[in-house]
Amino acid sequence: LSICSRTVEPLEYYRRFLKENCRPDGRELGEFRTTTYFFSSGSITTADGSALVKLGNTTVICGVKAELAAPAADSANKGYIVPNVELPSLCAERFRSGPPGEEAQAASQFIADVIENSQMIVKEDLCIANGKLAWVLYCDIICLDYDGNLLDASVFALLAALKNVQLPSVTINEETGLSEVNLKQKTPLIIRKHPVATSFAVFDDTLLIVDPTAEEEDLGTGTVTIVTDEEGRLCSVHKPGGSPLTGAKLQDCITRAITRHKEVKKLIDKVIKSITPK
Amino acid sequence: SVSPGDTSVLAGLYGPAEAKVSKELPDRAALEVLLRPKVGLPGVLERSREQLLRQTCEAVILGVLHPRTAVTLVLQVLSDAGSLLSCCLNTACMALLDAGLPLTALFCGVTCALQPDGTVLLDPTARQEEEARAILTFAISSTERKVLMATTKGSCSVEEMQQCLAAAQRAADTIFEFYRDSVHRRYSKS
Repeated sequence: LSICSRTVEPLEYYRRFLKENCRPDGRELGEFRTTTYFFSSGSITTADGSALVKLGNTTVICGVKAELAAPAADSANKGYIVPNVELPSLCAERFRSGPPGEEAQAASQFIADVIENSQMIVKEDLCIANGKLAWVLYCDIICLDYDGNLLDASVFALLAALKNVQLPSVTINEETGLSEVNLKQKTPLIIRKHPVATSFAVFDDTLLIVDPTAEEEDLGTGTVTIVTDEEGRLCSVHKPGGSPLTGAKLQDCITRAITRHKEVKKLIDKVIKSITPK
Repeated sequence: SVSPGDTSVLAGLYGPAEAKVSKELPDRAALEVLLRPKVGLPGVLERSREQLLRQTCEAVILGVLHPRTAVTLVLQVLSDAGSLLSCCLNTACMALLDAGLPLTALFCGVTCALQPDGTVLLDPTARQEEEARAILTFAISSTERKVLMATTKGSCSVEEMQQCLAAAQRAADTIFEFYRDSVHRRYSKS
């Protein structure tokens, strides 16, 4: 009887669990799915930095490639960071192959905003020679399995991949004016801030659940994503429509997001420590 | 069309009309928002703004009264002198009102700029937006002044965000008064 109810009346099925303050997969309302990430430089060997993040079933891989380009005329001392989120048709049946859909484009814009707002990479650090040469970081974030909460996983994958990036040193030959890339001398990227995203789904205008799965996102009436950095500052509050929330509910989300940031920071530090003695 | 200062947006709403079979939803109206910038082709920024506007409008429109129909909202930016997103939100709401679509609530858009010295500035101009530390845009609903949509640019502390939200909720009263006046004027002439 319970199996029938899940397909026939999914909302009622969920409501029965939510009344007991838990969810069908056994989690509490404020609990995240198991987060694992594979950070070793062997994720994508041809990329300058890469990371694979799994948030429960949602799997996102991020590859960062660094290329050289001339900086723009109006900002001669700034490099570029170009994020791109792709939702290929293999990750979920709702995505068709072809030009990027609205969800992928909105996610790309969100990631670009997070990088800009949090100042995790300062564009001036990417400049090699003022007005002549700068680094361009192409960050490709590809979802391999979509089970809800794409934004959290993408931000995490991006952060992990950027931490992994080693930029070769570049010198400009004075006589020929050409750049010489020294692949043997590599320096890691300077990451100033570590933003972490926390997403919530709103149910029935009142209940907030953390880290929604794809099913929960569909049944919910809205989503909220909060991005915080290590100082407890808000880098982004992203609530694209959906049920109205009071300021107090928003405050609850922010408090949970700050706790989540500490959990993720501990995870990143643990994995880095386990890799460094190489 | 709505123009606070020099920012001007024109909106056209079509619907509820017949929907294409691929786009129709069996139990509610399908809303589509198209945002055209003043110059150039719509890019990723316009798509993300369209998503914000669409989900905000979907939250207030009673779509279940018109299943298997399509409602299309087209917004054309005529000039941009700051606070563009909140102008789009206000224009969208007035278009919904003008079309007579059934709504659960009205909403208005308010932009707050956090200056480097910590003061909150409402409805910033383009220059004030550039100098600000953070820009927060909220869509406030008319019932109980709850937050329908929130988006931020730049980083701020939690207290500053709450301050901006409170200021935006107070400013929402002025905007809803403006809606009342406009509708009153429109229907008293004819």
